[in-house]
Amino acid sequence: MPSTTFETVIGLEVHVELHTNSKIFCGCSTSFGAPPNTHTCPICLGHPGVLPVLNKQAVEYAMKAAMALNCEIADISKFDRKNYFYPDSPKAYQISQYDQPIGRNGWIDIEVDGKTKRITIDRLHLEEDAGKLTHMEGGFGSLVDFNRVGTPLVEIVSNPDIRSAQEAEAYMQKLRAIMQYCDVSDVKMEEGSLRCDVNISLRPVGQEEYGTKTELKNMNSFRGVVRGTEYEVERQTDILEDGGTIVQETRRWDESQGRTLSMRSKEEAHDYRYFPDPDLVTLHIDEEWKERVRATIPELPDARKARYASEFGLSSYDADVLTSSKKLADLLEESLNYTKDAKAVANWIMGDLLGYLNQNSKEIDDVMLNGQNLGEMIGLIEKGTISNKIAKTVFKEMLESGKAPQAIVEEKGLVQISDEGAIRGIVEQIVAANPQSVEDYRAGKERAIGFLVGQVMRETKGKANPTLVNELLVDVLKQA
Amino acid sequence: MTPLDYTLAELKQQLSARTLSATELTDAVFARIAATDGTVQAFLTLNEEQARAEAHRYDDKYVQGEGLGALAGIPAGIKDNIITEGLRTTCASRFLDNFVPVHDAFVSRKLKEAGVITAGKLNMDEFAMGGSNENSAYQVTRNPWDVERVPGGSSGGSAAAVAAGQVPFSLGSDTGGSIRQPASYCGIVGLKPTYGLISRFGLVAFASSLDQIGPLTRTVEDSAHVLQAIAGHDTMDSTSANVDIPDYAAALQGDVRGLRIGVPKEYMSEGVDPKVKQAVLDALQTFESLGATWEEVSLPHTEYAVAAYYLLASSEASSNLSRFDGVRYGVRAENPDNLIDLYFKSRSEGFGSEVKRRIMLGTYALSSGYYDAYYLKAQKVRTLIKQDFDQAFQKYDLLIGPTAPTTAFKIGEQINNPLQMYMNDILTIPVSLAGVPAISVPCGMADGLPVGLQIIGKPFDESAVLRAAHLFEQATEHHKLRPQL
Repeated sequence: MPSTTFETVIGLEVHVELHTNSKIFCGCSTSFGAPPNTHTCPICLGHPGVLPVLNKQAVEYAMKAAMALNCEIADISKFDRKNYFYPDSPKAYQISQYDQPIGRNGWIDIEVDGKTKRITIDRLHLEEDAGKLTHMEGGFGSLVDFNRVGTPLVEIVSNPDIRSAQEAEAYMQKLRAIMQYCDVSDVKMEEGSLRCDVNISLRPVGQEEYGTKTELKNMNSFRGVVRGTEYEVERQTDILEDGGTIVQETRRWDESQGRTLSMRSKEEAHDYRYFPDPDLVTLHIDEEWKERVRATIPELPDARKARYASEFGLSSYDADVLTSSKKLADLLEESLNYTKDAKAVANWIMGDLLGYLNQNSKEIDDVMLNGQNLGEMIGLIEKGTISNKIAKTVFKEMLESGKAPQAIVEEKGLVQISDEGAIRGIVEQIVAANPQSVEDYRAGKERAIGFLVGQVMRETKGKANPTLVNELLVDVLKQA
Repeated sequence: MTPLDYTLAELKQQLSARTLSATELTDAVFARIAATDGTVQAFLTLNEEQARAEAHRYDDKYVQGEGLGALAGIPAGIKDNIITEGLRTTCASRFLDNFVPVHDAFVSRKLKEAGVITAGKLNMDEFAMGGSNENSAYQVTRNPWDVERVPGGSSGGSAAAVAAGQVPFSLGSDTGGSIRQPASYCGIVGLKPTYGLISRFGLVAFASSLDQIGPLTRTVEDSAHVLQAIAGHDTMDSTSANVDIPDYAAALQGDVRGLRIGVPKEYMSEGVDPKVKQAVLDALQTFESLGATWEEVSLPHTEYAVAAYYLLASSEASSNLSRFDGVRYGVRAENPDNLIDLYFKSRSEGFGSEVKRRIMLGTYALSSGYYDAYYLKAQKVRTLIKQDFDQAFQKYDLLIGPTAPTTAFKIGEQINNPLQMYMNDILTIPVSLAGVPAISVPCGMADGLPVGLQIIGKPFDESAVLRAAHLFEQATEHHKLRPQL
């Protein structure tokens, strides 16, 4: 029997916490990291008799996010109750949107292996977040923190257009960048302000009908999305190849075990009994309001990427990396107020900056670099004040101290020696002290000059202008 | 004549003239409660100490001639589903036996601003579900006219306390008739305002799209004064209407000459007790003598109202009451095996049978596969019922009929027949579904029991409702009758 080849079909449900000042239905703060249950009130705690009042800022952020994802914005939207019992939900229902979401029919473009692909979005709706449960060790019980309950969220539901773990990751990265550019969310997976559920199924290549899907719940890292998806694809492939059938169920990714585990099957699935929330009124969104919100959307990643290629001559790859994070892109543009060499700025950001962040497991917010310092440092290289090599020392110091490059250079005495007379003297000393190398050079061993350059640099503690050292060495060797 | 026989206007006048002190009035209230509540059983929680202290404070203020609220120094009772800061609020449920709210309801705050002294919290059917007060987890309030009979419900405690002269007025809530029906059974005035006129913030929700707070009083004029104190826009309630609030007491002035009254024929059908019908016909004659005209009108979808109401109200209730899970407040079952068991036991022990019945009914109606046939269909019926009223109000200024098909029934008589019990609300439910205002005023007696006349108005036209009720009251003596206790 010929073995079947399977196609992976993935759809993502992404939750993005909106960083409004207050919660969606009460006045409590939404800031992250406060002591448990300090950002609560009778309304978000679901006391008897309280009522929700919709936060207009949350609606506008949701509209902005939906517009940035090319969604159609509803003229009439409403809120519904999703009923379920769980201790993280004080009312035992979540206020969400069922059949009239704020946004519908959007799309974004992702790039994988140099190819652009459009992923379509079914809907974007606004809802409230739940509280956070901590299960005590030894089964003593569970603790609940209601600080997060009522934080506004948008849920973005893609169509099943995604075909691989890599595409899923690229989609998540792109969504994150767009939300960041729109300034509607912190989109930090580690703090839970960006989370996703991955729906995965397989079908024989060529078959139109979808296979039975499983859902990976609450993925909270990009790495988890990739590894969890890959694992699940493999697991399903194995089952199907063995002639088995996929059980429709909800699973979770266990990072430490490196595998997915069953949470509940379809039979145990909730009937959420959605119905319109009678405590809230219908939301009417007129054209004037839409236009007002649309006007607040800044230049988005795709537009910037195109501009970086045309205006700065950056490669598609460089432009993609730089625009994947608003902060990197902003850093680039700020730097260009102080230097014209976009390629150099791009190289420093993509090489030294990202390398440093990676190596030290840091975020861009953790370093002190700003565009002016980076631009000016590149200026110092152009002027020959410092060498590329010394610039690496200066750059690291800028990341850690935030000092201006000129100040670092002066403080540490890192100014490049470009005085021909001074370098010629040292070159002559070195040539005199290394007769063997001189002989080797004359015998045609080109490598010998490298050794001599090294000796000069060592003597000058790396400050000698390397181009000049090379020129003078050749000159002195000829004369000697 | 005791201070408890005065109207609110008279009380205010006497307090201002200092011929009566708030302390004397408050003393009289608690003396009357002490003398009668063993029989009537209207109160669940008394606020006696605090009330007396406040009375002293108001007396000082009256002496100093400070500017005081419209009802300063006047005690009142509040239905126990309206939250009161620091004062136990149970909704007559075991579940909230230990619940002390940390803030006031909008109306509780408005009453305080007007200077009202809270005498205590009044009995009701558990979570406002019922029409007899037999569903209270604590006690069955008695009808002051015949203590073998129910006071009606769910605001039975609120109605009985006023009828028994325990408090000058009370607040109740009305979802399908819960103010008007007990007002009718107890021979007092009960007003259900237009949905949205009074903030629901702090009213423990039964059915959010129907619940509305309103006053229970001995006269229509008193009703206008209390309404004035509690009406108004509230940003904490998204369904609160932002409308101009007229001077309701001033609106009582005028006459009903040329007023066009429609009498829904469905409200005078065979199911209505002939003696009740006769009292209503007599009332219509009174209106005629005052210069109004009346004729029969049809509200054709009336027969579907009770079914639609029990689907919609129960659906909303099933969700509204989910927050009572034993986790954060209220009663929690002892030694649960696990989380599901905690929910199961807490809710099984905490709720009474009628509440459970409605939660189950509502859960069923919202379930996937049944939603369209029940909840959605009922919403459509609600729209049709609303259209019945819209059409009738194109031709008539007011609609008039009985408040309830019968007078107060005996305790225990209907408790085992929920469907029969539900039919007591057949004439009040359509009004609730339409969201329009209606008042019940005494219009006679049948076999020694009060009969209530229901006057229904256009949305936010409480003025017209109150004026007609006031003129009727002025032309009759029914409201002057008092039960012998």
